[in-house]
Amino acid sequence: MGGLRAAESLRRSGYTGAIRVVGEELHAPYNRPPLSKEVLASDVTHEAVAFPSRAEMGDVEWMLGVRATAVDLDAHTLTTDDGSVQEWRALVIATGLRARRLDFAPIAGRHVVRSLDDAMALRAELTEGARVVVVGSGFLGCELSATARKLGCEVTIVTPSVEPMIRPLGDLVAKEMRRRLTDEGVEIFSGVTVAAINGEASVDSVELSDGRVLEADVVIESVGSHCNIEWLEGTNLDVSDGVLADNAMRAVTTDGVALDDVYVVGDIARFPNPMFDDVARRIEHWNIPTDTGKRAGAVLAAHLADDGSFADVVAKPFAPMPSFWSNQFEIKLQAYGLLGLVSDDDIRVLEGDLSDQAAVGYYRDGRLVGVLGIGMKAALLPYRKQIAEGGI
Amino acid sequence: MIKIEVDMNQCQHYGQCVFEAPDNFTLNDDDKLEYVAEAPDSERDNIEAAVDVCPMQAIRIVE
Repeated sequence: MGGLRAAESLRRSGYTGAIRVVGEELHAPYNRPPLSKEVLASDVTHEAVAFPSRAEMGDVEWMLGVRATAVDLDAHTLTTDDGSVQEWRALVIATGLRARRLDFAPIAGRHVVRSLDDAMALRAELTEGARVVVVGSGFLGCELSATARKLGCEVTIVTPSVEPMIRPLGDLVAKEMRRRLTDEGVEIFSGVTVAAINGEASVDSVELSDGRVLEADVVIESVGSHCNIEWLEGTNLDVSDGVLADNAMRAVTTDGVALDDVYVVGDIARFPNPMFDDVARRIEHWNIPTDTGKRAGAVLAAHLADDGSFADVVAKPFAPMPSFWSNQFEIKLQAYGLLGLVSDDDIRVLEGDLSDQAAVGYYRDGRLVGVLGIGMKAALLPYRKQIAEGGI
Repeated sequence: MIKIEVDMNQCQHYGQCVFEAPDNFTLNDDDKLEYVAEAPDSERDNIEAAVDVCPMQAIRIVE
């Protein structure tokens, strides 16, 4: 998605030269959020979730099913797993994340949901009455639990966290979400990890760190992700957490130098956002590949055009509004800003009632840095504006 | 003139499009999306941005 958006932005910004997109997945770029919901609950195909192809993208070359394995920033070459070496004038790093796996024997019934193929493999096993153990209680784990429950599965969440989604949402809202998920029949075991996954050919049971054993047909692991940075080994880029970029999305070396011909986009990019402060952060929200891809494409197009506009384009402040949403049962969460910056004491209900519909404010040093709606949507808009203007 | 179509079965009324193309998209007091199906060509960049940011990918430009 980030690669697609960067390519579109290059074209829209006037770059007419060759563009080649190299991607490990065989599918053309598609929208991932439906993977935990619609794709599992019905017969959704790639076509239904693929991003529309724009006319200006007609002469972009797609190398799909090919993985980048090494890059040489001095020689300007990229090596891929089909054995070929390609030369480039500029590089956009958009390799994103992959799902982390639990460290147990690979047997049938163990799943992750990151790609369309993952979701389609899981779909066949979410039959009525199936006993499903979801490991992890982030947004993905909770959405998958809700979808499986709606399909008639018996669902148990196993999580080391005290409450579901506590890290992004904070204690107040997370407690309320536990109540709602539990009311819908999802069982939640907190403060525990998985000690073993038992079964010969396929999963029979899951053993927890406190000794309990849960019978299971399906285990879904939603235990976080790894950045796909292995192919950047040997470069001098700062890859301590994702890939460091400046506010123009230019990759930054360990010496602190921003490279005019190497860019980083999507949830692998760690970049500063002046809406909040000068701290570089990775943001794993859906809007980020689009926002950073557009920014990188515009800056890179100016660099390639070499028409004197580069310095002005770089200097233009880039302050994308982080935004996410999550559907679980009939609960619709939507948020703007960076909720995770805030401690539990600085979260309060702004409007409505937590047990029904509510707008919840997240404050840092007295300034609004995030707002979350449970059900409410239009009511969030003034708060969104307030966050964008510095939170006062 | 640009023609816009929103699949109202897909639309979840998140209102992300409202920020990109406020002349064409609004959320009403009941949290429902309302939109104007035609826009002048000068609005193309904004409408395309609205298409991009729709979480449900429910908006399309009819060419």
